[in-house]
Amino acid sequence: MATPPDALVLADPIPARPAPPRPPRSGWRVVAAKEFGDGILSVRLFILIALLGLAAIGAIYSTASYVGTNAQAATGATGLFVLLFSHSDPTSQVPSFAALIGLLGPLLGIAFGFDAINGERSERTLPRLIAQPIHRDAVIVGKFAAGLGVIGLVLLAITLLVSGVAFIVLGVSPSPDDVARLAAWFVVALAYLGFWLAFAMLCSVAVRRAATSALAAIALWIVLTIFAALLVGIVASYLAPVPTSATTDQQIANAQLQLDLARVSPGTLYSEAAAYLLDPTVQTVGIVPVDQQTNSRAIPSILPLDQSLLLAWPQVVALLGLTVVCFGLGYVAFMRQEVRA
Amino acid sequence: MRKRARHARAVVAPDDGQELAIQTHGLTKAYGELVAVDNLNLSIRAGEIFGLLGPNGAGKTTTILMLLGLSEPTRGRAEVVGFDPTRQPLEVKRRVGYLPDDVGFYAELTGRQNMRYTAALNGIERRAANEKIGQLLEQVGLADAADRRVEQYSRGMRQRLGMADALVKDPAVMILDEPTASIDPAGVTDVLALIRALARDNGVTVLLSSHLLHQVHQVCDRVAIFNAGRILAQGQMAQLAEELAGDQLELEVGLDGPADQVEAALRSVRGVVEVHRDVRDPSLWHVTGPQAIRDHLAVDLAARGMSVRHLRRVGDELDEIYLRYFSRDEGDRGHAA
Repeated sequence: MATPPDALVLADPIPARPAPPRPPRSGWRVVAAKEFGDGILSVRLFILIALLGLAAIGAIYSTASYVGTNAQAATGATGLFVLLFSHSDPTSQVPSFAALIGLLGPLLGIAFGFDAINGERSERTLPRLIAQPIHRDAVIVGKFAAGLGVIGLVLLAITLLVSGVAFIVLGVSPSPDDVARLAAWFVVALAYLGFWLAFAMLCSVAVRRAATSALAAIALWIVLTIFAALLVGIVASYLAPVPTSATTDQQIANAQLQLDLARVSPGTLYSEAAAYLLDPTVQTVGIVPVDQQTNSRAIPSILPLDQSLLLAWPQVVALLGLTVVCFGLGYVAFMRQEVRA
Repeated sequence: MRKRARHARAVVAPDDGQELAIQTHGLTKAYGELVAVDNLNLSIRAGEIFGLLGPNGAGKTTTILMLLGLSEPTRGRAEVVGFDPTRQPLEVKRRVGYLPDDVGFYAELTGRQNMRYTAALNGIERRAANEKIGQLLEQVGLADAADRRVEQYSRGMRQRLGMADALVKDPAVMILDEPTASIDPAGVTDVLALIRALARDNGVTVLLSSHLLHQVHQVCDRVAIFNAGRILAQGQMAQLAEELAGDQLELEVGLDGPADQVEAALRSVRGVVEVHRDVRDPSLWHVTGPQAIRDHLAVDLAARGMSVRHLRRVGDELDEIYLRYFSRDEGDRGHAA
């Protein structure tokens, strides 16, 4: 019997409904799993692996051939393997591997964060996503975790690739201490890239258009990479002027101020921490007067890893702090935003 | 004064012992000075299809977001399937399927993959989810397109996928925001038939919003007419028409013959208060009078040797009701100002 088209649905008995399924206990994991899958299969991942991989191989090859020609001088030196990551050929323009990650690494963080939230908005998937039984913060936490996972994977792949190249070119095998130092550096580098991921995600919350958000993140990257030294010099010479007849104290005050200002940038923090961790001979990244450099009163020695870690600790904590602040700002902004544009 | 009284009666909750799926009490949302939803009292019975009708910007989407706990009300409260969306949003979202206005999907995933993500977010076990998804895709007629990327879907297909997606969690209530917007007319009929079938087959209470009245009246059991954040009336369509007309009735009568004779004949009918000719069609006349004229108008005219070619009660058409409500609303506010 056909039902007349205008009959009330009320006329039909409502079937008994089973209890709804229990929502996932940690919704962020479901979001992270999906985002991680997307990231691994994305075109941007392949572009970045290709770019960073080629640059890293170039860097390590340049360093390795320099070390190879100076092998006599290096004989007997411990920690040769990690030096391949932290040193560069002074006669060429090619940076060391660690410096390269400091330079290009931010791109990795930006690439996986700049459209995290505004991408969901422009695809109009956000209302549907947060209408599911998950807390709203599961979205941003899940996306950050997934982004960090993908970035970690890329960084790991490149580090292993470069290690393999170094091993083949130089035939130097890493000692357990080398592996531990590289692992420590890896964590610091990941925190550094995490800062850029968090910053890019903050942009993606604050800026509606993905292209604008990418531009904002790239702008900060370029300012910190290229103009930071210039800006720091200007500000420092204003606050701690160095006249032509400057005393040593004045010069040191100026240099110290420059260093402190530069340490606001995560790039500086990363490179200082990397210097401590990847070179056991580095005892300070602070100001060392010229006479002490040439005629050192410090006993030249090779530091054990725990001492290097202790030296790098302030930088590592500051870097993590910056990352947390950035992520926190994005988190709060996202939680307070209206669903609709 | 009478108008005000009618307003009040129209918003009283239906007190017939039926279980309510959604109710709001003085729900209000203000953005600074702008009041998007103003003291809203809604009651929607379990199992019915309820239409929230009003022009764009009337506050429909804001209301829906508050019902889902995605936006916090400034004042008042709501109760959806027995839970307060502000305090227990997860409990509400477990039981309510939502199809947003202009729904979006992850373009690089297939329809099926998009639905799997929704199922995972609802904590549905994988095997059960796959079975349910296959069944729903079949129901909405997307079984063949299920494994194509969503970027290849047409708007109508996306809308249908959106409905299947909202049903993955086996909801007690489905909230559809403008389900017929930006779909071609043939698609609209399909979508509406689908809403009706889905509501019936799955025993779901449906709240749908629309700014196009004539499209949704076929599927709605009851409607609320909404403008500038306020409910102007709520009830069954016929009931609303009745209320609006009051004691007076306007009939559209189709009669052939010389205009003066026809007019005289119409005026001679007992009780007729006013007669005027239709502005567009000269063979149509508008006759106003008490409800009773409906019963004897045709007989009286026949007695005078005139046969009625067409007879229609003006105000039954939804769009007319809609427009009248809005003009009355404007009028009320005009007086107040």
